[in-house]
Amino acid sequence: MLEVAGLEVRYGAIRAVRQLDLTVRKGELVALLGANGAGKSTTLLAIAGALKCSHGSVHFDGVDVTGLAPEQKVRRGIAMVPETRDVFPDLTVMENLRLGAYVRRHDTAGFRQDMERIDALFPVLTRRARQPAGTLSGGEQQMLVIARALMSRPRLLLLDEPSLGLAPTIVDQVFGLIEKLRESGLTILLVEQNASMALQLADRAYVLSLGTVAASGSAAEIAASSDLRAIYLGG
Amino acid sequence: MSAEWLQFAIDALTLGSLYALMALGLVIVYGILRLVNFAYGELIMVAGYTLYLLGGSPLPWLVMAAVAIGMAVLTGVATELVAFRPVRERSVTAVLITSFAFSTLLQNAALLFISPRSRQVPLPDLFSETILLGGAVVPIRNLLTIGCTVLLLALFALILRRTVLGLALRAAASHFRMARMLGVPANLIISSAFAISGLLAGVVSLFWLGRIGSVVPGIGLEPLLVAFIATVIGGMRSLPGAVIGGYILALIDTGFNYLLPQQLLAFRDAFTFSIVIAILLWRPQGLVAGPATGQRT
Repeated sequence: MLEVAGLEVRYGAIRAVRQLDLTVRKGELVALLGANGAGKSTTLLAIAGALKCSHGSVHFDGVDVTGLAPEQKVRRGIAMVPETRDVFPDLTVMENLRLGAYVRRHDTAGFRQDMERIDALFPVLTRRARQPAGTLSGGEQQMLVIARALMSRPRLLLLDEPSLGLAPTIVDQVFGLIEKLRESGLTILLVEQNASMALQLADRAYVLSLGTVAASGSAAEIAASSDLRAIYLGG
Repeated sequence: MSAEWLQFAIDALTLGSLYALMALGLVIVYGILRLVNFAYGELIMVAGYTLYLLGGSPLPWLVMAAVAIGMAVLTGVATELVAFRPVRERSVTAVLITSFAFSTLLQNAALLFISPRSRQVPLPDLFSETILLGGAVVPIRNLLTIGCTVLLLALFALILRRTVLGLALRAAASHFRMARMLGVPANLIISSAFAISGLLAGVVSLFWLGRIGSVVPGIGLEPLLVAFIATVIGGMRSLPGAVIGGYILALIDTGFNYLLPQQLLAFRDAFTFSIVIAILLWRPQGLVAGPATGQRT
Protein backbone atom coordinates (compact mmCIF):
# COMPACT_ATOMS: atom_id res chain seq x y z
CA MET A 1 0.00 0.00 0.00
CA LEU A 2 2.77 2.41 0.98
CA GLU A 3 6.25 2.08 -0.51
CA VAL A 4 9.02 4.43 0.48
CA ALA A 5 12.29 4.06 -1.43
CA GLY A 6 15.63 5.80 -0.95
CA LEU A 7 14.04 8.58 1.08
CA GLU A 8 16.27 11.49 2.05
CA VAL A 9 15.15 14.54 4.02
CA ARG A 10 17.39 17.49 4.82
CA TYR A 11 17.15 20.29 7.35
CA GLY A 12 19.51 22.71 5.66
CA ALA A 13 22.84 20.92 5.46
CA ILE A 14 21.86 18.17 7.89
CA ARG A 15 20.55 14.93 6.47
CA ALA A 16 17.96 13.80 9.01
CA VAL A 17 16.88 10.80 6.97
CA ARG A 18 18.91 9.05 4.27
CA GLN A 19 18.50 6.01 2.05
CA LEU A 20 15.41 4.90 3.87
CA ASP A 21 13.29 2.08 2.43
CA LEU A 22 10.05 1.03 3.99
CA THR A 23 6.82 -0.70 2.98
CA VAL A 24 3.47 -1.00 4.64
CA ARG A 25 0.97 -3.52 3.30
CA LYS A 26 -2.77 -3.13 3.44
CA GLY A 27 -4.22 -3.86 6.87
CA GLU A 28 -0.84 -3.99 8.58
CA LEU A 29 0.29 -2.17 11.66
CA VAL A 30 3.95 -1.31 11.21
CA ALA A 31 6.01 0.20 14.01
CA LEU A 32 8.86 2.62 13.41
CA LEU A 33 11.24 2.47 16.37
CA GLY A 34 14.49 4.14 17.26
CA ALA A 35 16.22 6.52 19.63
CA ASN A 36 15.54 10.23 19.83
CA GLY A 37 16.75 11.97 16.71
CA ALA A 38 16.87 8.79 14.64
CA GLY A 39 14.57 10.38 12.07
CA LYS A 40 11.25 8.72 12.89
CA SER A 41 9.10 11.83 13.03
CA THR A 42 10.91 13.31 10.05
CA THR A 43 10.05 10.21 8.04
CA LEU A 44 6.38 10.46 8.94
CA LEU A 45 6.25 14.18 8.16
CA ALA A 46 7.87 13.52 4.78
CA ILE A 47 5.33 10.79 3.99
CA ALA A 48 2.52 13.18 5.01
CA GLY A 49 3.96 15.83 2.70
CA ALA A 50 4.74 18.36 5.43
CA LEU A 51 8.49 18.09 4.75
CA LYS A 52 10.08 18.00 1.33
CA CYS A 53 12.11 14.94 0.34
CA SER A 54 15.39 15.81 -1.33
CA HIS A 55 15.73 12.29 -2.76
CA GLY A 56 13.73 9.14 -3.07
CA SER A 57 10.11 8.40 -3.69
CA VAL A 58 6.87 7.69 -1.88
CA HIS A 59 4.28 5.53 -3.62
CA PHE A 60 0.77 5.12 -2.28
CA ASP A 61 -1.43 2.46 -3.87
CA GLY A 62 1.11 2.27 -6.66
CA VAL A 63 0.85 5.99 -7.47
CA ASP A 64 3.81 8.33 -7.03
CA VAL A 65 2.82 10.86 -4.34
CA THR A 66 6.33 12.05 -3.49
CA GLY A 67 6.02 15.75 -4.18
CA LEU A 68 2.39 16.26 -3.24
CA ALA A 69 1.34 18.94 -0.73
CA PRO A 70 -0.07 17.72 2.59
CA GLU A 71 -3.60 18.78 1.65
CA GLN A 72 -3.41 16.58 -1.46
CA LYS A 73 -2.13 13.61 0.52
CA VAL A 74 -5.16 13.75 2.83
CA ARG A 75 -7.44 13.68 -0.19
CA ARG A 76 -5.75 10.48 -1.27
CA GLY A 77 -6.29 8.88 2.11
CA ILE A 78 -3.15 9.50 4.16
CA ALA A 79 -3.90 11.11 7.53
CA MET A 80 -1.25 12.26 9.97
CA VAL A 81 -1.35 12.61 13.75
CA PRO A 82 1.75 14.62 14.69
CA GLU A 83 3.53 14.14 17.99
CA THR A 84 3.13 17.83 18.78
CA ARG A 85 -0.55 17.03 19.33
CA ASP A 86 -1.64 20.06 17.33
CA VAL A 87 -5.20 20.62 18.39
CA PHE A 88 -6.49 24.06 17.47
CA PRO A 89 -6.71 25.27 21.08
CA ASP A 90 -9.07 28.18 20.47
CA LEU A 91 -11.52 26.14 18.42
CA THR A 92 -14.06 23.94 20.13
CA VAL A 93 -13.74 20.16 20.09
CA MET A 94 -16.58 20.03 17.58
CA GLU A 95 -14.90 22.60 15.32
CA ASN A 96 -11.69 20.59 15.45
CA LEU A 97 -13.57 17.49 14.34
CA ARG A 98 -15.37 19.43 11.64
CA LEU A 99 -12.01 20.54 10.26
CA GLY A 100 -10.86 16.94 10.29
CA ALA A 101 -13.71 16.25 7.89
CA TYR A 102 -12.68 19.19 5.68
CA VAL A 103 -11.95 17.02 2.64
CA ARG A 104 -15.42 15.51 2.93
CA ARG A 105 -17.21 18.71 3.94
CA HIS A 106 -20.10 18.28 1.49
CA ASP A 107 -20.91 14.81 2.78
CA THR A 108 -23.21 15.74 5.68
CA ALA A 109 -24.70 12.28 6.01
CA GLY A 110 -21.22 10.77 6.23
CA PHE A 111 -20.27 13.38 8.79
CA ARG A 112 -23.17 12.35 11.01
CA GLN A 113 -22.20 8.68 10.69
CA ASP A 114 -18.63 9.53 11.61
CA MET A 115 -19.79 11.50 14.62
CA GLU A 116 -21.68 8.43 15.84
CA ARG A 117 -18.55 6.36 15.41
CA ILE A 118 -16.51 9.00 17.25
CA ASP A 119 -19.11 8.98 20.01
CA ALA A 120 -18.71 5.21 20.38
CA LEU A 121 -14.90 5.34 20.36
CA PHE A 122 -14.37 8.57 22.27
CA PRO A 123 -17.41 9.35 24.44
CA VAL A 124 -15.42 12.00 26.29
CA LEU A 125 -15.09 14.08 23.11
CA THR A 126 -18.80 14.30 22.44
CA ARG A 127 -19.35 15.22 26.07
CA ARG A 128 -16.96 18.14 25.60
CA ALA A 129 -17.96 19.05 22.06
CA ARG A 130 -18.56 22.72 22.88
CA GLN A 131 -15.44 23.23 24.95
CA PRO A 132 -12.34 24.88 23.47
CA ALA A 133 -9.86 22.12 22.62
CA GLY A 134 -7.14 23.92 24.60
CA THR A 135 -8.99 23.17 27.84
CA LEU A 136 -8.80 19.40 27.39
CA SER A 137 -6.29 17.27 29.30
CA GLY A 138 -3.26 15.83 27.47
CA GLY A 139 -4.89 12.44 27.06
CA GLU A 140 -8.14 13.95 25.78
CA GLN A 141 -6.19 16.08 23.32
CA GLN A 142 -4.46 12.95 22.05
CA MET A 143 -7.87 11.32 21.59
CA LEU A 144 -9.05 14.43 19.77
CA VAL A 145 -6.18 14.53 17.27
CA ILE A 146 -6.67 10.83 16.50
CA ALA A 147 -10.43 11.30 16.17
CA ARG A 148 -9.85 14.35 13.99
CA ALA A 149 -7.56 12.39 11.69
CA LEU A 150 -10.18 9.63 11.41
CA MET A 151 -12.79 12.16 10.27
CA SER A 152 -11.13 12.29 6.84
CA ARG A 153 -11.77 8.51 6.54
CA PRO A 154 -8.13 7.72 5.86
CA ARG A 155 -6.87 4.43 4.44
CA LEU A 156 -3.44 4.95 6.00
CA LEU A 157 -3.00 6.49 9.44
CA LEU A 158 0.39 7.92 10.42
CA LEU A 159 0.63 8.02 14.22
CA ASP A 160 3.54 9.90 15.76
CA GLU A 161 4.30 9.10 19.40
CA PRO A 162 0.73 8.78 20.62
CA SER A 163 1.89 7.89 24.14
CA LEU A 164 4.25 10.84 24.57
CA GLY A 165 3.90 12.54 27.94
CA LEU A 166 0.75 10.70 28.96
CA ALA A 167 0.04 8.96 32.26
CA PRO A 168 0.37 5.13 32.13
CA THR A 169 -3.37 4.45 32.38
CA ILE A 170 -4.01 6.85 29.53
CA VAL A 171 -1.26 5.21 27.49
CA ASP A 172 -3.09 1.90 27.91
CA GLN A 173 -6.27 3.54 26.67
CA VAL A 174 -4.49 4.97 23.64
CA PHE A 175 -2.96 1.62 22.77
CA GLY A 176 -6.32 -0.09 23.26
CA LEU A 177 -7.73 2.35 20.77
CA ILE A 178 -4.97 1.70 18.25
CA GLU A 179 -5.71 -2.01 18.55
CA LYS A 180 -9.40 -1.37 17.86
CA LEU A 181 -8.51 0.71 14.81
CA ARG A 182 -6.30 -2.03 13.46
CA GLU A 183 -9.03 -4.59 13.99
CA SER A 184 -11.36 -2.38 11.98
CA GLY A 185 -8.95 -2.91 9.08
CA LEU A 186 -7.17 0.45 9.11
CA THR A 187 -3.55 0.40 7.94
CA ILE A 188 -1.31 2.12 10.48
CA LEU A 189 2.28 3.30 10.55
CA LEU A 190 3.16 3.93 14.18
CA VAL A 191 6.16 5.81 15.54
CA GLU A 192 6.73 5.02 19.18
CA GLN A 193 9.33 5.49 21.91
CA ASN A 194 7.71 2.81 23.98
CA ALA A 195 9.15 -0.06 21.90
CA SER A 196 7.83 -2.96 23.97
CA MET A 197 4.24 -1.78 23.82
CA ALA A 198 4.48 -0.98 20.12
CA LEU A 199 5.96 -4.43 19.38
CA GLN A 200 3.09 -6.16 21.19
CA LEU A 201 0.66 -4.60 18.74
CA ALA A 202 2.64 -4.41 15.54
CA ASP A 203 2.84 -6.95 12.72
CA ARG A 204 6.25 -5.74 11.61
CA ALA A 205 8.76 -3.18 12.73
CA TYR A 206 11.63 -1.07 11.47
CA VAL A 207 14.37 0.19 13.75
CA LEU A 208 15.89 3.47 12.66
CA SER A 209 19.32 4.66 13.59
CA LEU A 210 20.99 7.85 12.37
CA GLY A 211 18.29 8.42 9.78
CA THR A 212 18.30 5.04 8.13
CA VAL A 213 16.93 1.54 8.68
CA ALA A 214 19.21 -0.43 11.00
CA ALA A 215 16.99 -3.49 11.39
CA SER A 216 13.63 -4.71 10.19
CA GLY A 217 11.47 -7.79 10.51
CA SER A 218 8.38 -9.17 12.12
CA ALA A 219 7.53 -7.72 15.51
CA ALA A 220 8.50 -10.99 17.19
CA GLU A 221 11.90 -11.06 15.48
CA ILE A 222 12.66 -7.50 16.42
CA ALA A 223 11.49 -8.08 19.98
CA ALA A 224 13.71 -11.15 20.24
CA SER A 225 16.83 -9.71 18.67
CA SER A 226 19.36 -9.13 21.40
CA ASP A 227 21.02 -6.12 19.81
CA LEU A 228 17.85 -4.07 19.87
CA ARG A 229 18.88 -2.38 23.07
CA ALA A 230 22.27 -1.67 21.56
CA ILE A 231 20.72 -0.11 18.50
CA TYR A 232 18.52 2.01 20.66
CA LEU A 233 21.14 3.27 23.02
CA GLY A 234 23.84 3.43 20.42
CA GLY A 235 21.57 5.90 18.56
CA MET B 1 -20.68 70.91 26.85
CA SER B 2 -22.33 67.55 26.14
CA ALA B 3 -22.55 68.49 22.45
CA GLU B 4 -18.80 68.86 22.46
CA TRP B 5 -18.37 65.42 23.99
CA LEU B 6 -20.72 63.94 21.44
CA GLN B 7 -18.74 65.58 18.68
CA PHE B 8 -15.55 64.16 20.13
CA ALA B 9 -17.04 60.67 20.47
CA ILE B 10 -18.27 60.64 16.89
CA ASP B 11 -14.95 61.96 15.56
CA ALA B 12 -12.98 59.33 17.47
CA LEU B 13 -15.36 56.54 16.45
CA THR B 14 -15.24 57.57 12.79
CA LEU B 15 -11.49 57.66 12.63
CA GLY B 16 -11.30 54.53 14.76
CA SER B 17 -13.59 52.65 12.39
CA LEU B 18 -11.28 53.37 9.48
CA TYR B 19 -8.17 52.48 11.50
CA ALA B 20 -9.83 49.29 12.77
CA LEU B 21 -10.82 48.03 9.32
CA MET B 22 -7.36 48.81 7.95
CA ALA B 23 -5.65 47.05 10.84
CA LEU B 24 -7.95 44.05 10.48
CA GLY B 25 -6.97 43.64 6.84
CA LEU B 26 -3.30 43.66 7.79
CA VAL B 27 -3.73 41.18 10.66
CA ILE B 28 -5.77 38.64 8.72
CA VAL B 29 -2.82 38.15 6.39
CA TYR B 30 -0.19 38.43 9.11
CA GLY B 31 -2.01 35.96 11.33
CA ILE B 32 -1.71 33.21 8.76
CA LEU B 33 1.59 33.96 7.00
CA ARG B 34 3.44 35.85 9.76
CA LEU B 35 4.30 38.35 7.04
CA VAL B 36 3.34 41.99 6.75
CA ASN B 37 1.91 42.96 3.39
CA PHE B 38 3.64 46.25 2.68
CA ALA B 39 1.73 46.68 -0.57
CA TYR B 40 -1.45 46.96 1.51
CA GLY B 41 -1.69 50.77 1.40
CA GLU B 42 -1.69 50.66 -2.39
CA LEU B 43 -5.06 48.92 -2.30
CA ILE B 44 -6.47 52.26 -1.14
CA MET B 45 -4.70 53.95 -4.01
CA VAL B 46 -6.02 51.46 -6.56
CA ALA B 47 -9.58 51.92 -5.32
CA GLY B 48 -9.08 55.68 -5.41
CA TYR B 49 -7.87 55.77 -8.99
CA THR B 50 -10.62 53.41 -10.05
CA LEU B 51 -13.12 55.92 -8.67
CA TYR B 52 -11.29 58.76 -10.44
CA LEU B 53 -11.24 56.93 -13.79
CA LEU B 54 -14.93 56.13 -13.49
CA GLY B 55 -15.62 59.75 -12.53
CA GLY B 56 -16.80 60.87 -15.97
CA SER B 57 -19.06 57.89 -16.53
CA PRO B 58 -22.83 58.03 -16.09
CA LEU B 59 -22.80 55.12 -13.63
CA PRO B 60 -24.50 55.65 -10.28
CA TRP B 61 -22.01 56.27 -7.51
CA LEU B 62 -22.77 53.04 -5.69
CA VAL B 63 -21.80 51.06 -8.78
CA MET B 64 -18.55 53.00 -9.06
CA ALA B 65 -17.89 52.29 -5.40
CA ALA B 66 -18.56 48.60 -5.91
CA VAL B 67 -16.17 48.49 -8.87
CA ALA B 68 -13.53 50.32 -6.81
CA ILE B 69 -13.90 47.80 -3.98
CA GLY B 70 -13.73 44.99 -6.52
CA MET B 71 -10.49 46.39 -7.90
CA ALA B 72 -9.03 46.52 -4.39
CA VAL B 73 -9.96 42.87 -3.87
CA LEU B 74 -8.41 41.90 -7.21
CA THR B 75 -5.25 43.84 -6.44
CA GLY B 76 -5.07 42.18 -3.04
CA VAL B 77 -5.26 38.74 -4.61
CA ALA B 78 -2.77 39.82 -7.28
CA THR B 79 -0.35 40.97 -4.56
CA GLU B 80 -0.35 37.45 -3.22
CA LEU B 81 0.17 35.87 -6.64
CA VAL B 82 2.94 38.25 -7.67
CA ALA B 83 4.79 39.10 -4.48
CA PHE B 84 4.05 36.27 -2.04
CA ARG B 85 3.37 32.94 -3.68
CA PRO B 86 6.61 32.60 -5.71
CA VAL B 87 8.88 33.24 -2.72
CA ARG B 88 6.66 32.48 0.27
CA GLU B 89 8.27 29.16 1.16
CA ARG B 90 11.83 30.30 0.59
CA SER B 91 12.53 33.29 2.76
CA VAL B 92 10.82 35.90 4.91
CA THR B 93 13.29 38.56 3.76
CA ALA B 94 12.47 37.90 0.13
CA VAL B 95 8.76 38.41 0.75
CA LEU B 96 9.52 41.64 2.61
CA ILE B 97 11.36 42.93 -0.44
CA THR B 98 8.88 41.66 -3.04
CA SER B 99 5.94 43.21 -1.19
CA PHE B 100 7.79 46.56 -1.04
CA ALA B 101 8.64 46.17 -4.72
CA PHE B 102 5.03 45.52 -5.66
CA SER B 103 3.98 48.57 -3.67
CA THR B 104 6.55 50.75 -5.48
CA LEU B 105 5.52 49.28 -8.82
CA LEU B 106 1.87 50.20 -8.27
CA GLN B 107 2.76 53.71 -7.10
CA ASN B 108 5.00 54.29 -10.09
CA ALA B 109 2.36 53.01 -12.45
CA ALA B 110 0.04 55.65 -11.04
CA LEU B 111 2.74 58.33 -11.39
CA LEU B 112 3.48 57.34 -14.96
CA PHE B 113 0.07 56.63 -16.40
CA ILE B 114 -2.06 59.05 -14.45
CA SER B 115 -0.28 61.91 -12.76
CA PRO B 116 1.87 62.80 -9.79
CA ARG B 117 -0.67 65.49 -8.95
CA SER B 118 -3.79 64.83 -6.98
CA ARG B 119 -6.96 63.88 -8.81
CA GLN B 120 -10.52 64.56 -7.72
CA VAL B 121 -12.63 61.51 -7.06
CA PRO B 122 -16.40 61.52 -7.51
CA LEU B 123 -18.29 61.48 -4.22
CA PRO B 124 -22.02 61.37 -3.52
CA ASP B 125 -23.64 64.59 -2.28
CA LEU B 126 -24.60 62.77 0.88
CA PHE B 127 -20.93 62.75 1.87
CA SER B 128 -20.78 66.54 2.18
CA GLU B 129 -24.05 66.98 4.07
CA THR B 130 -24.36 67.36 7.80
CA ILE B 131 -27.07 66.87 10.35
CA LEU B 132 -27.62 68.34 13.77
CA LEU B 133 -27.38 65.64 16.40
CA GLY B 134 -27.81 66.55 20.07
CA GLY B 135 -26.51 70.06 19.39
CA ALA B 136 -23.44 68.82 17.46
CA VAL B 137 -22.99 69.31 13.75
CA VAL B 138 -22.19 65.86 12.40
CA PRO B 139 -21.24 65.04 8.82
CA ILE B 140 -23.46 62.23 7.53
CA ARG B 141 -20.30 60.67 6.10
CA ASN B 142 -19.09 59.98 9.63
CA LEU B 143 -22.27 58.20 10.59
CA LEU B 144 -22.05 56.14 7.40
CA THR B 145 -18.46 55.23 8.24
CA ILE B 146 -19.41 54.00 11.69
CA GLY B 147 -22.49 52.17 10.42
CA CYS B 148 -20.65 50.43 7.59
CA THR B 149 -17.86 49.39 9.93
CA VAL B 150 -20.25 47.86 12.43
CA LEU B 151 -21.98 45.95 9.62
CA LEU B 152 -18.72 44.79 8.11
CA LEU B 153 -17.29 43.67 11.45
CA ALA B 154 -20.48 41.74 12.22
CA LEU B 155 -20.42 40.10 8.81
CA PHE B 156 -16.75 39.26 9.22
CA ALA B 157 -17.32 37.72 12.66
CA LEU B 158 -20.21 35.69 11.27
CA ILE B 159 -18.10 34.32 8.42
CA LEU B 160 -15.32 33.38 10.81
CA ARG B 161 -17.67 31.65 13.23
CA ARG B 162 -20.26 30.03 11.01
CA THR B 163 -18.66 29.00 7.73
CA VAL B 164 -16.21 26.24 6.87
CA LEU B 165 -13.94 28.82 5.23
CA GLY B 166 -13.97 30.85 8.46
CA LEU B 167 -13.16 27.76 10.46
CA ALA B 168 -10.30 26.94 8.13
CA LEU B 169 -9.01 30.53 8.34
CA ARG B 170 -9.03 30.41 12.13
CA ALA B 171 -7.31 27.04 12.16
CA ALA B 172 -4.69 28.22 9.68
CA ALA B 173 -3.94 31.25 11.86
CA SER B 174 -3.24 28.89 14.73
CA HIS B 175 -1.32 25.98 13.13
CA PHE B 176 -0.97 26.44 9.40
CA ARG B 177 0.82 23.18 8.76
CA MET B 178 -1.60 21.14 10.81
CA ALA B 179 -4.52 22.70 8.96
CA ARG B 180 -2.90 21.66 5.70
CA MET B 181 -2.43 18.12 6.99
CA LEU B 182 -6.19 18.00 7.51
CA GLY B 183 -6.74 18.88 3.88
CA VAL B 184 -7.22 22.65 4.09
CA PRO B 185 -5.61 23.92 0.86
CA ALA B 186 -2.91 26.47 1.64
CA ASN B 187 -3.41 28.52 -1.51
CA LEU B 188 -7.15 28.83 -1.05
CA ILE B 189 -6.73 30.03 2.51
CA ILE B 190 -4.04 32.54 1.65
CA SER B 191 -5.93 33.88 -1.37
CA SER B 192 -9.06 34.24 0.75
CA ALA B 193 -7.12 36.15 3.38
CA PHE B 194 -5.78 38.55 0.75
CA ALA B 195 -9.23 38.92 -0.82
CA ILE B 196 -10.77 39.77 2.55
CA SER B 197 -8.01 42.27 3.25
CA GLY B 198 -8.68 43.81 -0.18
CA LEU B 199 -12.37 44.09 0.60
CA LEU B 200 -11.65 45.84 3.89
CA ALA B 201 -9.17 48.23 2.27
CA GLY B 202 -11.64 48.94 -0.54
CA VAL B 203 -14.37 49.93 1.90
CA VAL B 204 -11.93 52.04 3.92
CA SER B 205 -10.78 53.80 0.76
CA LEU B 206 -14.28 55.12 0.04
CA PHE B 207 -14.45 56.87 3.39
CA TRP B 208 -10.77 57.77 3.52
CA LEU B 209 -11.08 59.49 0.12
CA GLY B 210 -14.38 60.93 1.26
CA ARG B 211 -12.48 62.93 3.89
CA ILE B 212 -9.84 64.22 1.46
CA GLY B 213 -11.80 64.29 -1.79
CA SER B 214 -8.83 63.39 -4.00
CA VAL B 215 -6.26 60.71 -4.67
CA VAL B 216 -2.45 60.91 -5.08
CA PRO B 217 0.02 58.08 -5.82
CA GLY B 218 1.37 58.15 -2.27
CA ILE B 219 -2.01 58.03 -0.58
CA GLY B 220 -1.47 54.50 0.75
CA LEU B 221 1.40 55.32 3.08
CA GLU B 222 -0.56 56.88 5.92
CA PRO B 223 -3.25 54.17 6.13
CA LEU B 224 -0.57 51.47 6.00
CA LEU B 225 1.38 53.14 8.80
CA VAL B 226 -1.75 53.64 10.87
CA ALA B 227 -2.83 50.05 10.37
CA PHE B 228 0.60 48.80 11.32
CA ILE B 229 0.71 50.85 14.53
CA ALA B 230 -2.82 49.81 15.43
CA THR B 231 -1.94 46.14 15.03
CA VAL B 232 1.19 46.56 17.13
CA ILE B 233 -0.87 48.12 19.91
CA GLY B 234 -3.59 45.52 19.67
CA GLY B 235 -1.32 42.49 19.28
CA MET B 236 -0.07 41.54 15.83
CA ARG B 237 -1.97 38.28 15.56
CA SER B 238 -5.29 38.98 17.20
CA LEU B 239 -8.25 40.01 15.06
CA PRO B 240 -10.16 41.60 17.97
CA GLY B 241 -6.83 43.15 18.98
CA ALA B 242 -6.53 44.87 15.60
CA VAL B 243 -9.99 46.40 15.99
CA ILE B 244 -9.30 47.52 19.55
CA GLY B 245 -5.90 48.86 18.53
CA GLY B 246 -7.50 50.87 15.72
CA TYR B 247 -10.02 52.47 18.03
CA ILE B 248 -7.42 53.23 20.70
CA LEU B 249 -5.08 54.85 18.20
CA ALA B 250 -7.95 56.96 16.87
CA LEU B 251 -8.92 57.93 20.41
CA ILE B 252 -5.37 59.11 21.09
CA ASP B 253 -5.17 60.97 17.77
CA THR B 254 -8.54 62.65 18.18
CA GLY B 255 -7.84 63.42 21.81
CA PHE B 256 -4.71 65.35 20.90
CA ASN B 257 -6.58 67.10 18.10
CA TYR B 258 -8.95 68.50 20.69
CA LEU B 259 -6.45 69.07 23.49
CA LEU B 260 -3.30 70.40 21.90
CA PRO B 261 -2.95 74.16 21.40
CA GLN B 262 -2.75 75.37 17.81
CA GLN B 263 1.02 75.81 17.70
CA LEU B 264 1.68 72.24 18.91
CA LEU B 265 -0.85 70.57 16.61
CA ALA B 266 1.79 70.11 13.93
CA PHE B 267 3.61 67.81 16.33
CA ARG B 268 0.59 65.70 17.11
CA ASP B 269 2.14 62.50 15.78
CA ALA B 270 5.08 62.88 18.15
CA PHE B 271 2.64 63.01 21.07
CA THR B 272 0.67 60.07 19.70
CA PHE B 273 3.75 57.93 19.30
CA SER B 274 4.90 58.76 22.84
CA ILE B 275 1.69 57.23 24.11
CA VAL B 276 2.08 54.26 21.78
CA ILE B 277 5.59 53.70 23.15
CA ALA B 278 4.23 53.88 26.69
CA ILE B 279 1.57 51.28 25.85
CA LEU B 280 4.20 49.01 24.36
CA LEU B 281 6.47 49.39 27.39
CA TRP B 282 3.55 48.26 29.49
CA ARG B 283 2.48 45.43 27.14
CA PRO B 284 5.18 44.64 24.58
CA GLN B 285 3.14 41.77 23.12
CA GLY B 286 0.19 44.08 22.40
CA LEU B 287 -3.07 44.36 24.30
CA VAL B 288 -4.71 41.14 23.10
CA ALA B 289 -2.89 37.84 22.79
CA GLY B 290 -3.35 36.00 19.52
CA PRO B 291 -4.39 32.36 19.15
CA ALA B 292 -1.92 29.79 20.40
CA THR B 293 0.53 29.08 17.65
CA GLY B 294 2.54 26.61 15.70
CA GLN B 295 5.33 27.61 13.38
CA ARG B 296 4.91 29.48 10.13
CA THR B 297 4.17 27.47 6.98
